Amino acid sequence: MRLQFILSEIGIGLRRNVTMTISVILVTFVSLTFVGSAALLQGQIGKMKDEWYGKVEVSVFLCPETSSAPTCASGAVSDAQKDDIQAALESPEIKPYVQHVYYESQEDAYKEFQKEFKDQFWASAATVKDMNSSYRIKLTDPKQYQVVADVVSGRPGVEDVQDEQKLFDKLFLVLNRATLLAGGLALVMLLAAVLLITTTIRLSALSRRRETGIMRLVGASTTFIQLPFMLEGAIAATVGALLAVGGLWLGVQYLVTDWLGQSVQWIPYVTTQDVLTVAPLLIGVAILLAVISSIVTLSRYTKV
Amino acid sequence: MIRFENVTKVYARGARPALDRVTLDVERGEFVFLVGASGSGKSTFLRLVLREERASAGRVFVAGKELGQLSGWKVPALRRGIGAVFQDFRLLPNKTVFENVAFALQVIGKPRHHILSTVPDTLEMVGLAGKEKRRPHELSGGEQQRVAIARAFVNRPQILLCDEPTGNLDPTTSLGIMRLLDRINRTGTTVVMATHDDEIVDQMRKRVVELSTGELVRDQSRGVYGSDR
Repeated sequence: MRLQFILSEIGIGLRRNVTMTISVILVTFVSLTFVGSAALLQGQIGKMKDEWYGKVEVSVFLCPETSSAPTCASGAVSDAQKDDIQAALESPEIKPYVQHVYYESQEDAYKEFQKEFKDQFWASAATVKDMNSSYRIKLTDPKQYQVVADVVSGRPGVEDVQDEQKLFDKLFLVLNRATLLAGGLALVMLLAAVLLITTTIRLSALSRRRETGIMRLVGASTTFIQLPFMLEGAIAATVGALLAVGGLWLGVQYLVTDWLGQSVQWIPYVTTQDVLTVAPLLIGVAILLAVISSIVTLSRYTKV
Repeated sequence: MIRFENVTKVYARGARPALDRVTLDVERGEFVFLVGASGSGKSTFLRLVLREERASAGRVFVAGKELGQLSGWKVPALRRGIGAVFQDFRLLPNKTVFENVAFALQVIGKPRHHILSTVPDTLEMVGLAGKEKRRPHELSGGEQQRVAIARAFVNRPQILLCDEPTGNLDPTTSLGIMRLLDRINRTGTTVVMATHDDEIVDQMRKRVVELSTGELVRDQSRGVYGSDR
């Protein structure tokens, strides 16, 4: 009896304020889509870090004959210089940071280069002599790049020291900024959602003043009086959250998996599975919104 | 059943009290008329019994409980033992007669079989048998008030509070309502009725309590409306 009664009251309330209900659904939909996007962007960053940080190397490029760098003034790198660099990398101070080092000769680099750019017309113009021989250093902790870089850079025979992580960090910076943007927009939209839900509950409570007045008079408990209003807000917000999950799912499926995933294949992307992982968070936020709005409003409008 | 001990109620700071040191005892099963001009404090008295308001000073006891001490979450339980009827009926226009009365039981969580057995009995008692499916606007004023009384009485409260229940009704209809309230009173329900209707008060010859600008000025068993008669 109770449940049936409460459900019918909720139905009446939602129908009576159908335009407000729709606007609550839409605003929570948009705001939670932003929340979800922020979460997915962070997930994307996490995936790329997992995938790439394990593989990043510090590359110590050695002077080819044609280099104009000041440390290459003596021409191509000599064997003595190489020994010097190798010794530095194996010194006791640096050793703990280095997992392993391997040497890539100019010939190796040339093969790699031709393989990578075989379709480009200018690739055939490059010769073995143009290539850098290099030391590829795998670090035990990729964050300790600077320590290693300091030891080798500036030495005679070293043209340049490059940390691949730095390249990624730029990309991560962009993604983090995008997360902030999405998060900021989400915050504004969430505020709008709270205000809108508050107004909706208030309208609903006002339009049912007569009923709630009688309920109070005949001794209905506060919970019983307030529950339909709370659930109304919560249901509308949850529908918004489900729409947001659906929207994100479609977005990830068609924009990321089917389009980005096909055209730029070397990046590990978030999948629809990640959307489902984010879904409980979104629904939780929606319910939280509704609860906050209910508490703010109902304590004032349906007091016993 | 209802006891007021030196009860004062002030709505706004500095304003004249709506009730001024009122002391009164209403026994179980009594029928009491509360009379007095508009603004004399009748409605305030009823609101204090329902704990819609709290006394500014003094103590209010209802069914043995002191309302000043009663915590908020116990107020619904108190109100389940009190029925209330108003001049403007306060029915729900989009519910039928049956649904209006059933509403009072639904919202306090009574089971369906209880509702299905109690509501028809109560409707028959107030003389509305056969009109269960009507809506309030299809009924006369007297019938609407009977629905309101049925709703107030359906949970068999110990106390029935009536705030000018005949205020909107013609004399003949009012008489019918009074007979109904009298019958309810005979079942052992304490009835407190605020009214302006001197004819009714004079006819019924019940206890009369008169308030004037918040003060209790007369308490007479088997009394009449005007003290000067």
